[in-house]
Amino acid sequence: MQSPWIYVGIFVLVGMLIPIAAIVIARFLAPRKPNAIKQSTYECGIETVGDSWIQFKAQYYIFALVFLIFDVETVFLFPWAVSLNKLPLFAVFEGIIFILILLAGLIYAWKKDMLEWV
Amino acid sequence: MTTMQVLFLIFAAIILGSAFKVVTTKKMIHAAFWLIVVLFGVAALYAMLNAGFMAMVQVVVYVGAIAILFIFAVMLTRKELLDKGPALNDNKSIAAVLSLLSFGGLYMLLRNWSGFMNMAPALPETDMVEELGTALVTPDMYLLPFEIASVLLLAALIGAVYVANEARSE
Amino acid sequence: MEFWNDPITTIFNSLLKSFTSGGMSEGLATVLIYLIGILLFVTFAMVLDIFLVWIERKVVARFQDRLGPNRLGPFGIFQPFADIVKLLIKEDITPVGADVIMFNLAPIFSMMSVLLLWAIMPFAPKMVGVDLNVAMLYLVAAGSIGTLSVIMAGWASNNKYATMGAFRTVAQMVSYEIPMVAAILVITVLSGTMGVVGIVEAQEFLPFIFYAPLTAIIFLISAIAELGRSPFDLNEAESEIVAGFHTEYTGMKFGLFYAGELLHSFTFGGFIALLFFGGHRFFGLENLGPIVGALIFIGKALFFYWVIMWVKYTVPRIRIDHMLAFNWKFLTPLAFILLMVTALVGRLLLDSVWLVPALFLSNVFVGWMTVLYLKSHERKTREAEDAKSAVPVAQH
Repeated sequence: MQSPWIYVGIFVLVGMLIPIAAIVIARFLAPRKPNAIKQSTYECGIETVGDSWIQFKAQYYIFALVFLIFDVETVFLFPWAVSLNKLPLFAVFEGIIFILILLAGLIYAWKKDMLEWV
Repeated sequence: MTTMQVLFLIFAAIILGSAFKVVTTKKMIHAAFWLIVVLFGVAALYAMLNAGFMAMVQVVVYVGAIAILFIFAVMLTRKELLDKGPALNDNKSIAAVLSLLSFGGLYMLLRNWSGFMNMAPALPETDMVEELGTALVTPDMYLLPFEIASVLLLAALIGAVYVANEARSE
Repeated sequence: MEFWNDPITTIFNSLLKSFTSGGMSEGLATVLIYLIGILLFVTFAMVLDIFLVWIERKVVARFQDRLGPNRLGPFGIFQPFADIVKLLIKEDITPVGADVIMFNLAPIFSMMSVLLLWAIMPFAPKMVGVDLNVAMLYLVAAGSIGTLSVIMAGWASNNKYATMGAFRTVAQMVSYEIPMVAAILVITVLSGTMGVVGIVEAQEFLPFIFYAPLTAIIFLISAIAELGRSPFDLNEAESEIVAGFHTEYTGMKFGLFYAGELLHSFTFGGFIALLFFGGHRFFGLENLGPIVGALIFIGKALFFYWVIMWVKYTVPRIRIDHMLAFNWKFLTPLAFILLMVTALVGRLLLDSVWLVPALFLSNVFVGWMTVLYLKSHERKTREAEDAKSAVPVAQH
């Protein structure tokens, strides 16, 4: 079982352990005197007005969606990039076609004003 | 019980428990975060199968993009962040019986399939990203699905732009 | 001599012998030794983090023509320890209505995402935490865990400004991942592997900065935006949105966010040194042994951390719509065009001696065409605006 992922797993555990240790130490050392004023939500020093929900803004969702498309594209491009120098020249053009199709999509979204933040 | 089996059981328990919590938790946002735990568990299973590339792709695409989309969708469309409906409904017993029957049926069907009941061939030693890359661009292997995937992504982008345009103009 | 050439393996073997002679099985002893080693490594990262706080405050002071902390210890070197003690003893306030589990998990995930990156930093070819062969994708994956922690922090605070700040931060971090991954793809094309040891070895002849200078600039800009540092720090700017997604955090949890950001900057300095400047190489000095190589690597990482700080304390803040437009309308197309050009030129001139000059010239060419395109675009917009406005321009 000599795979390197065991050690990544140990890194994850240790990486969670150290911040937890820091917070636990703080829990022992810090005073804890909660009262209503201290625990109220901070709104630049005035009382909160209304519930804390956010206006729906389509822009957040659209940027996340465009990011998703390009993320999947780059995931496809990683194996291509790794094996590029060992393949015939034809492989480069196939990858270029892949990228060009998605750049066309980006330009379409640009022209339709989807990438504005109004 | 080898170590691999113990680890597999731990991760399988994490995945199944979190999936159960996804369905039964009362707050929608908690459902999204339990889904993230499920996705991390699946990535860990991929890593155990020596498919490190797939594990990383799972984290990058699923957790880093799709789960964030879910969270945005949940957070931006709920006026109140607490849901008041019951988590389980009244047909629990019938549902449990039906699911046990379908599990039994599946087991009877798969019992005679060699791919299910025999030991798998030995795992590849290292991650074969290079072979995957070669396979993706060789014309008589997976070139056509590779290019069609880009067209599919383009279609998804155009569809999203269209729907968002309609949503914005109203 | 053996220790000098390969310190990690010699220590590991001697510890393994001593553990198994006590009667433990070999697998368990291996895992235990690795656990101890990783604990020490992560502790080293945290101690380095403390000194990074001191470096940050001294450097910002020098940029602003003042002295910085100089009371505690020589040159104020004990100041960060005082900061840590202060953060530890501050009261831990959880706002009312906050989601307690997620409120506490967010700083843990934020710090964890940075510490995970230390697993693949190659201090020397024989001193890597884990030599993954998908290390570059691992980098992106650790970044997405950081994004998740920001959303958790913003939502769990039950504060609409924190949530808005969190959304904007996530939109920014997520957008700038694309040019960063495209720059990493250029490096993968040039080195033929995603593993860090392979990338360092591929820079034997010349560091990749000569092969792909424009890509290095794109990676630097995307890394600064991904870290959330100035000039892209609208989301934690104090005059705009209080402190963004970590408004409601006090004490050590805030300390974890802040120290995590500094350590993340240093880690990205290390990655710039690795990807573009040869990792641990320094004109042949690295052949003296891995420990010298590790010191060279840390020196280079500190230099690029200083470059990131230089940008932060020089340039004013960018507004969010300019920031996102800059990314999607300029950096992403440019990065992908560079990827196509580099892949084509790199493959055509694979083993010839003209590879480096051709790549360098193609980068310069792409940069020049971009500047020409921007100038003509500016001229057209200006002419359209002049034609639209009926107010005559004042004559000199």
